[in-house]
Parts: sequence; C-alpha cells; structure tokens
Amino acid sequence: MGERGKKDDAMKHRKTNLEPVAEKPETQDPMARPAPTTPHKEARLGREVQARIGQQLRAMYNDVVNQGVPQHLADLVRRLSDQDQD
Amino acid sequence: MKLDPAIRDQVLATVPSLRAFAISLCGNIDRADDLVQETLLRALAHIDSFEPGTNMPAWLFTILRNLFRSEYRKRRREVEDAEGRYAETLKSHPEQTGRVEFEEFRAALAKLPADQREALILVGASGFSYDDAAAICGCAVGTIKSRVNRARTRLADLLAIDSVDDFGPDRATRAVLAGGGRN
Repeated sequence: MGERGKKDDAMKHRKTNLEPVAEKPETQDPMARPAPTTPHKEARLGREVQARIGQQLRAMYNDVVNQGVPQHLADLVRRLSDQDQD
Repeated sequence: MKLDPAIRDQVLATVPSLRAFAISLCGNIDRADDLVQETLLRALAHIDSFEPGTNMPAWLFTILRNLFRSEYRKRRREVEDAEGRYAETLKSHPEQTGRVEFEEFRAALAKLPADQREALILVGASGFSYDDAAAICGCAVGTIKSRVNRARTRLADLLAIDSVDDFGPDRATRAVLAGGGRN
C-alpha cells in the first residue's frame, strides 16, 4: 500500500515545471529599448493561456492516472515478482 | 531469489503514470496497455540493471519510450494515422472542464510533433525534471527545454485562435464537426 505515497512523490514537481523557461528577452543590451509593442493585455492573455494549457494537460493525464492499476497488469507484476530471479 | 517487495511496489506505483504516458504516445488505449505490459515484462526481466535508490519512474519511462520508438519505426504509417485518433482516445473527462474545451485541447495536442508532445507531457504532466526528461528521451536538457517551449507556444497559438469566438454558437458546431469529420 505504499503505492500512493510513491506516486505523489513522483509528481511533486508538477506545479513548478511549466514555468516559462527561455522567455526572457533575448537582448539585454541597455541601448535596446524594451519593446513597446507588447501590450499588457496580450502578455496577460499569454499567461492565462499557458496556465490553462498546464491545467488541461494535467487534467487529461490525471484522468488516466486516477484509473489506477488495471487488474491484469497488477497480476502480471505480482506473478513476475514471485518467480525466481535468475 | 524473489523480487524485493519494495522494488515491486515501486514498479506497481509507476504503472498509472506509465499508462498515461503510453496513451499520449500511442493515441490508442489498447496499444498503450500492450506497450505498458511489454515494458513491465522487459523491466522485470532486467530488474538487476535497476539501481535501487535511483528514479524508478524515470527508468520505466525510458524503457517504455525505447520500446515505443523501436515499434514506431516499424509502424510509422500506422502511428501517424493515430494522430487523428488521439483526440478521440480519452472520451471521459473531468467534470470541472467544459467538454468542448477539453476536446479542443486534445485536438490541439494531437497536432504537435511527437517529440514536442512527449517533452511537454513528461515535464508538464508527469512531473519530471528537465534533467530526467532529457535522460528519458536520450537528448540534451536544452533540447527538452526548447521542445517544451515550442509545444507551449504552438498550443497557445492553436487555442488562442479559438478564443476569438469563445462564446459563439459556432464553437460548439465546429467542435462537433472536428470530432466527427476526421477521415
């Protein structure tokens, strides 16, 4: 019955992993003015869309995870584990 | 000598997420379960090569991915064909999410190149670190990061297009057509 704890453990990073990674401005040149063409509205929409993507992705994935271990696969693992290992 | 029950439990505990990953690769629940079964057979036959204390999920995901890839080369056409079916695979969905929105998301995800979809799922859904995801896919960490970013950008584009008429009746109609008209 240690299964749930292990599973949760394997997933503990999920909250943080979808942080934007390489979305910093390419140019750090102080002479380059920050692009005035990025309206706040669009930037916010981008973040909302990204949050929604992460949420949907996890919902879809967890839909399957929550089905647990199908009986035939559990039986298979137990049967193979009980065999003598070479 | 029988397998250490602690190791066995680690294997069992990974099966649910292994299935979720397999479905995202295969786009077909029956093939996914075959792939998981083959992975478990392979893993338990070679359990000696697993180093206790290291990352069991990452080890099993690596085996599954390699099996899938070798099969993929054999059945390339069939797998490409599966893209359309991917959106159809998981018809059940969480109640809190609108059905149309969910179907739309799946359809968008199915449009991603396999490499990008795989990276996004490993990092964004399976909860692996970029390092682990890179090890699973046998590529550089930077490659995983760029695949994840490209996947997110592409998905945002695909979903943003639809947000233009988010509340229009056309949206539901289109979703029905998109769902039923794949031939």
